[in-house]
Amino acid sequence: MTHVGYLLVGWGVTFAVGAAYAVNLLRRGRRLTARVPADRRRWMTADDT
Amino acid sequence: MPDEIHHTGSRTTRLLGAAVVVGLVVLVVLGWFVAPEDDEQQDAVRMIFVHVPSALFTYVAFTVTAIGSVMWLLRRSIWWDTVAAAAAEIGVLFCALTLFTGSVWGRPTWNTYWDWGDVRLVTTLVLLLMMVGYLSVRSLGGAESATATRAAIVGVLAAAIIPIVNRSVEWWENNTLHQKSSLTDGNLEDMTLFTIVLGLVVWGLFFVWSVIHRFRIAWLERELRLTDLDQALRDRRAEGEDT
Amino acid sequence: MLGDIRLVAAKDLRIEWRSRVTVSQVLPFALLVLVLFGFALDANRPVLDAATSGLYWITVLFVGLMSVQRSTAIETTDGARRALLLAGIEPAAVFLGKALAVAVQLLFVELVLIGGVIVLFDASVESVPLLLCTCLVATVGISAAGTLLGALVAGVRARETVLPILLLPILAPVLIGATRAFDDALGTVAVDGWAWLGLLAGFGAINIVLGALAYGVLLEET
Repeated sequence: MTHVGYLLVGWGVTFAVGAAYAVNLLRRGRRLTARVPADRRRWMTADDT
Repeated sequence: MPDEIHHTGSRTTRLLGAAVVVGLVVLVVLGWFVAPEDDEQQDAVRMIFVHVPSALFTYVAFTVTAIGSVMWLLRRSIWWDTVAAAAAEIGVLFCALTLFTGSVWGRPTWNTYWDWGDVRLVTTLVLLLMMVGYLSVRSLGGAESATATRAAIVGVLAAAIIPIVNRSVEWWENNTLHQKSSLTDGNLEDMTLFTIVLGLVVWGLFFVWSVIHRFRIAWLERELRLTDLDQALRDRRAEGEDT
Repeated sequence: MLGDIRLVAAKDLRIEWRSRVTVSQVLPFALLVLVLFGFALDANRPVLDAATSGLYWITVLFVGLMSVQRSTAIETTDGARRALLLAGIEPAAVFLGKALAVAVQLLFVELVLIGGVIVLFDASVESVPLLLCTCLVATVGISAAGTLLGALVAGVRARETVLPILLLPILAPVLIGATRAFDDALGTVAVDGWAWLGLLAGFGAINIVLGALAYGVLLEET
């Protein structure tokens, strides 16, 4: 395949950055839910776990 | 709400997340091995599958921020302001990726990392700067409604000016007789088109997933601020009663 | 309303006149920037000629930033913003008055800078009307956008560093349009400068309208 280097960098960075951001969101979420008292854990979408 | 739950996830987000992961795998397979290479660009054209979705959802994010800004200014809806903020952060991410993938695509294809002649690329760069400005304003601190108002005005201003930026770069490029690169020539192979659409769907799912989580994070931060405020008020009142 | 605009503009200009900051500091700074550009590019005369318009307007943008910073600072000291609200002047009038004051100061510097590029960069003016109209229309946009964003960051501690990052991307069309118009007026590029004035006028109009609408909200809420 031609230009494989560019493809790997382009796709790779995209996926890596996306994954890193997703992990960051999940981590932030966990840290916050731990700190907010149980009675105030509300958000506008229905939580259906 | 039971005490064991310590995350911002829900059935909806887990479904979305799973769909994104599956979709990405399929996208890699199709994008790398099934979709045909281009006659001129050869395999470099495969960048299109990550570049175009990133670009589209940059604009979607920016539009959501603009709408949310208007809704805050008109209705003082904190929900909309939170959505605007969440979309902006994700928009900056997608915008940076758009520029990066565009740059990586440009190098093997047109032998340059940056092309002042590409109207969309230049406009997207200015858009990135404006969105970074929006986020800076949000991080300035101060009363919640003041921050929301400041950010909302920046959001509306940016939305009003971006078309002018686009128009001016377009005229500028025409005047310097620069060759524009066009993606939408209409001569796309079926497999390429399908893979692009798949990319759009996957990016869209990731966008929604991210906005939901980012929204919840912002909402929780707000709850935390209000909790601290309540606690401080209670402490203050208790002080008053003791003496 | 018009009277209030004149009132606010006159106030700002009087403050400026008494302190003479524009003449004694901003103007020398602007000329210094031109000189620095000259040092950076002069060995390459063709490059300097081709870049004159762009360098001119970049300098004007920086001067604009400074003017707006100072215009905003007038209001943030001693709770002057509160006083403005209480004085019963329409916020839109305050906005237009302040923008007018900034525009006047900016135009003054721009005219001197035209002399600067003629002398330092050997620029030759082919169309004086186009040159002056460009200055006028571009300045309207710069001062309107600047006054609005200046008010937006007023009262915030990181004000000086945030304002450039907000204002300069917004002013990108002005830089592009005014530079092209100057290219035509100075005869450096075969381009239709007058067409660009339309774009600059549109930009100015949008900022005036948005500024007039948003100023009141900003004064009250931030």
